[in-house]
Amino acid sequence: MPGWAFVLACAVGAGVVFAGVRLAGNDYVFFAGYTVLQFVVLATAWNILGGYAGYVNFGTAAFFALGAYSTVFFHKFHPLPIPVLIVIGAAVSGLVGLGMGYLTLRLRGAFFAIATLALAVVLQTLVVNWDYVGGSRGAYVIRPADIPALDLPYIEYLFLVMLALAAISLVVARTVERSKLGYGFATIRDDELAAEASGVPTLKLKLIATALSGALMGMAGAPFPYYISYLQPSSAFALEYAVNAIAMPMIGGTTTWVGPLVGALLLGTLEQITTVTISSAVNLLIVGVLLVAFVIIAPNGLVGLWQRLFSKR
Amino acid sequence: MGACNSYDLLLNAVMAGLLLGGFYAAVTVGVSISFGILDIVNIAHPAFIILGSYIAYIVNTRIGLDPILTSVVALPAFYALGAAIYQVYYVSFEKRGQDSMRGLAFFFGILFITEVVLILVFGVDYRYVQADYIETSWHIGVVDLPLRMLVPCAMSLAVFASLHLFLTRTFTGRAIMAVAQDQLALQLMAADPIRIKRIAFAISIATASMAGAFLIVIQPVEPSIGRDYIGRVFAICVLGGLGSLPGTLIAAVLLGVVESFTATCAGPSWAPAVSFGLLLLTLAFRPAGLLGR
Repeated sequence: MPGWAFVLACAVGAGVVFAGVRLAGNDYVFFAGYTVLQFVVLATAWNILGGYAGYVNFGTAAFFALGAYSTVFFHKFHPLPIPVLIVIGAAVSGLVGLGMGYLTLRLRGAFFAIATLALAVVLQTLVVNWDYVGGSRGAYVIRPADIPALDLPYIEYLFLVMLALAAISLVVARTVERSKLGYGFATIRDDELAAEASGVPTLKLKLIATALSGALMGMAGAPFPYYISYLQPSSAFALEYAVNAIAMPMIGGTTTWVGPLVGALLLGTLEQITTVTISSAVNLLIVGVLLVAFVIIAPNGLVGLWQRLFSKR
Repeated sequence: MGACNSYDLLLNAVMAGLLLGGFYAAVTVGVSISFGILDIVNIAHPAFIILGSYIAYIVNTRIGLDPILTSVVALPAFYALGAAIYQVYYVSFEKRGQDSMRGLAFFFGILFITEVVLILVFGVDYRYVQADYIETSWHIGVVDLPLRMLVPCAMSLAVFASLHLFLTRTFTGRAIMAVAQDQLALQLMAADPIRIKRIAFAISIATASMAGAFLIVIQPVEPSIGRDYIGRVFAICVLGGLGSLPGTLIAAVLLGVVESFTATCAGPSWAPAVSFGLLLLTLAFRPAGLLGR
């Protein structure tokens, strides 16, 4: 499928989903659907660095929260429309990713992973101590009553925004995967030393992957304050974002854009169901157990299992 | 905020930092072995420490046994747990080769599962233990020496010293130090590298039992505080120089003092940021650490 056809397919797919959810005629479907789509974006973003280039990012929550808190900042400073906030969130997260990547990516992959884990703790400390964005008390972000341009209730508008972001991130991931950039990432994942020796500019590629992945995570975070309307540091920096962003691609399969999508849709939906029917703690336990089970038993995820079952070779 | 103008306060901050540093040494020594020597990035280590805290808590509230004594009794159980985890890690990741990414995800999953299970069983309330020394304090001049800090610090140093002796003086210990460098040479010395690694990893998890008891003596514990220690543990480990136990001790004391100063001068809510800053600076300017090779 050529690139333009994939873009078209994503747009049509998004349109069908939106029409379908509207037909369901229930606000809850929009709320739950928003969360699932948010995970599609986060999982796809994680996979660009983690799946394609093989560098593990434990700091998804940090990048997500950067996007969310830049929205909170502008909400207090000078309210802006959500699409602008998304661009700002992407820029902030992308730059932080670039800066941290520059400091740690020249070293072994483990150092980068540890640094991302610690990044979440530090950014949370900064936010907790920054009263302007609410500090440890959190910040109220009151939704505007309606959207002037579109005749939609606000939650449907947010859902539509996240749907667009999901489509955009899928297009980005697929484009990267099939470009020279993607092949460069794959060489880093398979054998970084050999890639470096063959003249692949590994540091530059890793920085691109980190910035791109961070920017997409920031985009996912930017509309979040409007969705949740009361943002606390502990909810923006929740570890579950990091776990889900890793678990979903691992469960789906990390080498193609399909894996994170499948993982996020399945796991995201399962989580919505268990959160409602059992409890959110049990839900998190299931995610953790599935993550460990999949990395041990099915290292190539559901996509890998599918290929093994249905390919003739 | 900003109360570091008094001489007494500074002296107390240094003392508290030194005691804290001794405790950090015990928290980090396990990771120094697993990450520093064996090259296994066990980010779940702090979760095992919290597990150790909860075991000390359960035994202390049920039968009133001293938390540190409990942790010594629990050592074999933690050793066995470590051996089992290494076996799974070896079969699933090391043996298949190349894939360090999934190994990281594996430990991250374990970290998360441990935390969630503790939350499901005990809730998110802070738990604490009872012991005579927890309430007492010694005073030397203007310096306060709370025993709840002094006892864990002294015990930590004892654990640390015995591990150092074990690693440098015994055959198994030297084999552990060698296993990351040259497995073939180790086999020629009639030592099975996998067995050596299993022993080393099991020891590293066993230290979490004691570190957990020290932690709950020092402060009340709830399941998610393990996360605060991930940054600290790896900052110390990297700053000290991978695989160097003396380096780890120096870095632990350094971090303890810097954190204690930050807490006194800028407020305790800033303390978690110190370790990360230190980690980033180390990675940027001296990735080999203080005493690294």
